[in-house]
Amino acid sequence: MVEQNNMDMSIRIAHKDAATTASTSPNTTLKAEVKGLDFWYGDNQALKNINMRIDESRVTALIGPSGCGKSTYLRCFNRMHDLQDNTRYGGEILFQPDGVNILDRSVDPIEVRMRIGMVFQKPNPFPKSIFENVAYGLRVRGQKNRSEIADRVEQALREASIWDEVRERLEDMAFNLSGGQQQRLCIARALATEPELLLFDEPTSALDPNATANIEDLIHRLKEKVTILIVTHNMQQAARVSDYTAFMYLGELIEFGATRGVFTNPAKKQTEDYITGRYG
Amino acid sequence: MTLNKNDLRRHLSGQFNAELDAIIGQVQSMGRLVLDQLRDALKALELNDGELAVQVIARDAEVNQLELGLDEACRDMLVQRQPAAGDLRLVFAVIKVVMDIERMGDLAKRVAKAALESSGAPQRQFGSTIATLGASVLALSEKALAAFVAFDGVAAAAIKQEDRLIDERCKAITADLQSFIAAQPEATGGALQLIWAARSLERFGDHAKNVAEYIFYAVYGKELRHMSDEERAQWVAAA
Repeated sequence: MVEQNNMDMSIRIAHKDAATTASTSPNTTLKAEVKGLDFWYGDNQALKNINMRIDESRVTALIGPSGCGKSTYLRCFNRMHDLQDNTRYGGEILFQPDGVNILDRSVDPIEVRMRIGMVFQKPNPFPKSIFENVAYGLRVRGQKNRSEIADRVEQALREASIWDEVRERLEDMAFNLSGGQQQRLCIARALATEPELLLFDEPTSALDPNATANIEDLIHRLKEKVTILIVTHNMQQAARVSDYTAFMYLGELIEFGATRGVFTNPAKKQTEDYITGRYG
Repeated sequence: MTLNKNDLRRHLSGQFNAELDAIIGQVQSMGRLVLDQLRDALKALELNDGELAVQVIARDAEVNQLELGLDEACRDMLVQRQPAAGDLRLVFAVIKVVMDIERMGDLAKRVAKAALESSGAPQRQFGSTIATLGASVLALSEKALAAFVAFDGVAAAAIKQEDRLIDERCKAITADLQSFIAAQPEATGGALQLIWAARSLERFGDHAKNVAEYIFYAVYGKELRHMSDEERAQWVAAA
């Protein structure tokens, strides 16, 4: 558990408690507020009335069995579902500090994705050079100054802890990197546009233990400057990297609280059964 | 979330269930052995039975072996299962409790040593008082072990109060023995052994109380150790 905090069990948020305004910790700043979030794939309701606060500069882990809706939930944050027909959002995700509802159809999803980056399960570098992978988002944003782009690429690669490994080979194809390096390159690509929130969808499930440790260390360092929401099937990873943990089941948020509390003394039986391997 | 004993057998992994069952079984065996040790040590003291006292001293090695076995089982559990929530609290409690039970074994051995070295006037005057104190400590320790094995947090919470009574009685016995030494300095050696025995019994009770406190933690995820009497009463009422 990353952070010792004084959050008491009593303010843990359990589903249907509608505790949307309760702060997860008294000393944190709100980054996003999820209010009554529903989501449908056609007639299938995948998310049901999710209410949650995302604290700034903190890591929040989403755990739950396959099909519980955690990846669906994560993808709402950068409007990934817009790319799929016959899907529908309900409720709001109010992104701070401006309070814009990022689910509102009037909000440009491209702008949302500039502010909210995403890293996927399998590293997915573009078929371009290492440099161009990281520069891509900047060019999409209209940046043309070559020197500024080069500076920003270097900074992003440093932040992703891969600069020392690639500084001499920036023009090599990204596919020549190892799996772990490709994933850190993808993180650098996401960081290049200076997102405020970074979404990780099982970012280490395709990596070996060393590469996993690198990514986890990186998450520790990154949260200083960017808020992180991570989906993971690895509960030890959730316990290691996150400040808060949310347990989801059948599209509902069952329990949400400080990671230490969730993993040592969960408030809900369903959470206990899941994290202790008693789940049927 | 409260941990119930039935939860131990609800993991999807039957092997995990069996491993947890085995650990609780080993704690129970180690606890019973230590209680038998104290029972025999008290008997040796009361009957001035040196042979029995020697047996108690020798059998302490068995307690130490059980401690090592449980340490290994808990290490394996942490490495192989990475327990969480109630399971984690239980394994943590076992790790702590095993240290307490091992110390209880050492204290039973100490009472047996007192049996070897105490005799004469102090023994005649204070033997029955020590035996009564020993019976109280045994009763408290049996309750603590039973609470642990049954995951009975409510019973565990009640033990703290009983331990206080034992502490007070031990203080009174020690004061009486000190007065006895002042009046009969020639019997100092034997009396000191009884002071040691009384002190060992008091410490034995303290460790039994710890056993109860750790099962309370495993069951409720709440520390009983530094809780006020009022808080404890509230928790017990809520449970």
